[in-house]
Amino acid sequence: MKKGKFGVIVFPGSNCDHDAYNTLKHVLNQDTEYIWHKDSSAGNRNVLIVPGGFSYGDYLRCGAIARFSSIMKEVVRFASCGGIVIGICNGFQILCEAGLLPGALLRNENLKFVCRNVTLKVENKKSIFTSSFNGEINKDRIVLPVAHGDGNYICDGNTLQELESNSRVLFRYEDNPNGSLNNIAGIVNETGNVLGMMPHPERYSDDLVGGHDGRYIFESVINYLN
Amino acid sequence: MYSAKIKVTLRKSILDPQGKAVEHSFLSLGYDKIKDTRIGKFIELKIDAADENEARKMTDEVCSKLLANPVMEDYDFEITGLNGAK
Repeated sequence: MKKGKFGVIVFPGSNCDHDAYNTLKHVLNQDTEYIWHKDSSAGNRNVLIVPGGFSYGDYLRCGAIARFSSIMKEVVRFASCGGIVIGICNGFQILCEAGLLPGALLRNENLKFVCRNVTLKVENKKSIFTSSFNGEINKDRIVLPVAHGDGNYICDGNTLQELESNSRVLFRYEDNPNGSLNNIAGIVNETGNVLGMMPHPERYSDDLVGGHDGRYIFESVINYLN
Repeated sequence: MYSAKIKVTLRKSILDPQGKAVEHSFLSLGYDKIKDTRIGKFIELKIDAADENEARKMTDEVCSKLLANPVMEDYDFEITGLNGAK
């Protein structure tokens, strides 16, 4: 498989950066580098991963402080030029705070930190993040782990209509673990190059850890880059 | 020197499960006449501004840029002068 150039951003408190790096570099054999949050350039990377974890201890609001790190100016610029960005869990929260994705993630409705596998419906298989679900594997449903206390997605009525009518909801929970609006688990921006999702594809890309449905998301991006 | 006392609260349309959980605790304590419990944040700042208007403007800016997320929160604040500042 030809290679993308992935950059995994690391904030103080990020903890899923290693899983993202491992999956991309060692499982999918991609050119992968860490990018420290104080860097102001993403170098020659063509995909940026904003990983999961507890950046800045979730102080004030999840992702509220990370959103002002130096690297985020570059992420915003990169995304506005069509660069591919994937925000996972805390990364999704950071992208919403930064305005790269609409809406916000609230405390889970049942107030519990939920840590389990969930089944997701793949709603849109035409995006650059989901094209690999077509073809041979032809999957409509995938299993991925979630691990979050603040995954309850909300947005206003107009935004919701925008997301739904333009097929910008890529993943939907079959058994909603957090109360999110319309069971939304993952969305893309207007131009389709920025993905935010609460479940963790980077933690489920190798049967060694229990399953590999996550790898198709990264493979879709790699195929798109070729 | 000025003091800013800021309240950040969930917008009325947002469900507050924390508030509900706390309200259930009131029941356990024997208080059944308390309703509509909502939990917010209180933030205090000290601002070295030339005058109250500047302090007010700065406070409003940091509230809208960082302290409150407008998708889910409202904010309110009061400014008082310290040490004789007007």
